[in-house]
Amino acid sequence: MRQTFAIGIGGAAGQGVATPGDIFAKIFSRRGLHLNAYNAYQSIIRGGHTFLTIRTGPEKVTNMGDRLDLLIPLNQDAMNRHLGLLTAGAACIYNADTIKPGTAAAGVQLCPLPVSKLADITRNKVAQNTLALGAGLSMMGIGFQALESVLGEQFKKKGEAVVSENVGIARAGYDYATANFQPFARPLPMTENRYAVLSGNVAMAMGGAAAGVKFYCAYPMSPSTGVLHWMAAHARKAGIMVRQVEDEIGVVNMAIGASHAGVRSMCATSGGGFALMSEGLGLSAMMETPVVVIDCQRAGPSTGVPTKTEQGDLWQMLGAAFGDYPRVIAAPLDIADSFKIIPEIFNIAERFQCPGIVLSDLLLSEGRLSVDPKDLDFNPVIDRGELITTASEASGSDGNGAYKRYKITDSGISPRAVPGVPGHTHTAASDEHDEDGVLISDEFTNPTKRRAMMEKRMRKVVGIEAAVPPPELWGPRDAEVTLIGWGSTQGVIEEACAILTEQGISANQLQIRWLVPLHGDAILDILRRSRHTIIVENNYSGQFARYLRSETSYVPNGYIRKYDGEPFMPHHIVEAVKEQLTGKTKLSVPAHEIMV
Amino acid sequence: MATGLATPKQLVAADFKGKVDPDWCPGCGDFGVLAAVQKALVELQIPNHNVVTISGIGCSSNFPGFINTYGMHTLHGRALAVATGMKLANHDLTVIVTGGDGDGFGIGGNHFLHSMRRNVDLLYIVMDNQIYGLTTGQTSPTSRVGMKTKSMPFGNIEAPVNPISLALAAGATFIARGFSGEQKHLTELIKQGIQHKGFSFLDVFSPCVTYNHDNTYQWFRPRVKKLEDDPAHDPADWVLAMQRSLLWGEEIPIGKFFERTDVPALHEAEPVLNEGALVHNGAKIPAEVSRGFIEELM
Repeated sequence: MRQTFAIGIGGAAGQGVATPGDIFAKIFSRRGLHLNAYNAYQSIIRGGHTFLTIRTGPEKVTNMGDRLDLLIPLNQDAMNRHLGLLTAGAACIYNADTIKPGTAAAGVQLCPLPVSKLADITRNKVAQNTLALGAGLSMMGIGFQALESVLGEQFKKKGEAVVSENVGIARAGYDYATANFQPFARPLPMTENRYAVLSGNVAMAMGGAAAGVKFYCAYPMSPSTGVLHWMAAHARKAGIMVRQVEDEIGVVNMAIGASHAGVRSMCATSGGGFALMSEGLGLSAMMETPVVVIDCQRAGPSTGVPTKTEQGDLWQMLGAAFGDYPRVIAAPLDIADSFKIIPEIFNIAERFQCPGIVLSDLLLSEGRLSVDPKDLDFNPVIDRGELITTASEASGSDGNGAYKRYKITDSGISPRAVPGVPGHTHTAASDEHDEDGVLISDEFTNPTKRRAMMEKRMRKVVGIEAAVPPPELWGPRDAEVTLIGWGSTQGVIEEACAILTEQGISANQLQIRWLVPLHGDAILDILRRSRHTIIVENNYSGQFARYLRSETSYVPNGYIRKYDGEPFMPHHIVEAVKEQLTGKTKLSVPAHEIMV
Repeated sequence: MATGLATPKQLVAADFKGKVDPDWCPGCGDFGVLAAVQKALVELQIPNHNVVTISGIGCSSNFPGFINTYGMHTLHGRALAVATGMKLANHDLTVIVTGGDGDGFGIGGNHFLHSMRRNVDLLYIVMDNQIYGLTTGQTSPTSRVGMKTKSMPFGNIEAPVNPISLALAAGATFIARGFSGEQKHLTELIKQGIQHKGFSFLDVFSPCVTYNHDNTYQWFRPRVKKLEDDPAHDPADWVLAMQRSLLWGEEIPIGKFFERTDVPALHEAEPVLNEGALVHNGAKIPAEVSRGFIEELM
């Protein structure tokens, strides 16, 4: 089994959970360790309870895992909630002045820090956090120098005095732990690798910059706001026009306007904002003006659980806007893929002049992952399709008004001239129109033209399907069980497969990245040869299972679903698979034990 | 036939004629607005391909199909949002937004408000007929109290919005009112609105001859009084403009209520556009900049 080490830091919002989390993350990534971080939090700015899990190790870490090695509760509430989850070999570092430990399982090391004796708590309100950081690193076998340099960067802006005060407190915690606590059995190694640590939102924003996005607009909505924040902070360096708009209806229409002018434009939101955008998607489809919309799913319906994850928006994406039109929907598989997928979907949306939807979720959007910098490629392939930006281009126009914006072609793609190009004036309309862009929907209603235009647009579906690769089966072909997932569950299902295989149940995985086009025949071909198939997804009704059935008539052997707002942990899937293989049930809904 | 070097062609009214003739009811006020826009573009000699007319949905929103420029016939109420994206992506274009009172002040009210405070550089012409026409005659946000329509058969009991006062309060930097029955005056206002750098709002009385039997040409003609003929009016005086905007009844002012030129247009205020229009900036992000983006995360 892979070596991993997981830290849980819990406390009230505003108590400083994030800072030690960031410092641990920096130290791990600089040691060449992979890491995955997930913050379970509430929709409040101060108070409540937040719980940050950071899992690290020398090999790829794809999810929060099943086990905590170190718990740092910053208040009594966090202690009460989480101590019971620790098992033999784990440790809990806490402020002995203010927190009572309760009963821990056998083999769990309780590490009380005499905070008021080690630091001047009247001067430093977060002394307990800094002491715990130092103590934890000592027990992990990491030299103090690593912490000293990160603290130096962290507090640089506040001046030398603040830096040395914090270094002093950290040192006191470090030395106290060295003298009084048992180190962890396996110290964390070092590697020569260096990773960037980023959230899915930052990855999608940077992916947009790499894809040549010049216009980004948004209305703030959790969990998508991180995309706006990165875009706004880097807009001037990246040459991107970034606007905060009055509502999501304005957002999608503004993005379409900019795209129609000839620039790549993108926007991001969550389910509620997407609902407001859906008429705009129809506009993009009808005018054949591409736009890329990111939907970061959170638990719904309605305001739902704004800070919790779900894969509950699939049918909203499939059904967004009325009428039939070509669209593409992609669900990134992890945070590195959240970067890579943006240039890919732009190329398809622009080639086929249709809306592209990226289906992320809170787990990916706000989770953080170590990514090899080589995977953040700022020189991806750019294909802008049949775009006419100057009058001289061969464009189906002789310059004498013969240009037809919606020319009927075999591919369904009509060369797209942008405003400002002489000799190509035309009107793009949300009403049904003829090849010239002239409305046919009112008094000119003409069934022959309507049918021809509908078929022209829908012919693009064939090209889109050919442009996107079908999904592939990972793992042994003849495995006992096939786990099917989509998007963000990739990592946790992969780990569940490894655990199952270790335990003597061979498992393979079919992970869907492109939801539209689905490649139903290729999927059927794989699943028909599978022995026992289970669809794993983070929603109540099995949205993907229902979609797969509607496209292919395929019915799997079982389902694993979770809709409590928290992501899957590997053991949820492992236990559910075992339960289903005995024939006990076809539907497993694992309970989330970590109360956050 | 002349050969050799082409000299820039003098644009004439026929150059701005659309692919199809308007399908508005005979006598509709919108014909006058279309003619005035075409005249203004000829007088300003702006090439067709550098103009984008953008509309929402409704009788008047069919406008882009009837004029030879680039056009976008978008969604009900969304023209200003689309136009803002268009202008920010290519601020070299002349952007004219056209629509009706329901489109602009009803379903599109939020975009109207925010486009004004943003001072997006475009001309927004509302063909205000105080009724919903394309849906066959319902009360609109500018219908008078008491007006009987199919949706309010016993008379409207809701106060109408005052578009001029609203625009003044929201910070529009050019605010005018025209009348479709006053062609020369309207053309002049359109020219000024196009030339103004910032958000130009032009509310035009454009009578609906089919569904609005209250606010007809005959009703407007004796009432409209040009602000340009009022020696006491000063378009630089916001308070005065607000007072004039409240006049309604036997005398209704038309003309330029207000203009200020000291506020930068949205595209002028954004340093990202200092190097020119976004659409002409195809450059990739320089390698040292993208390297910096990644290093921040390490």
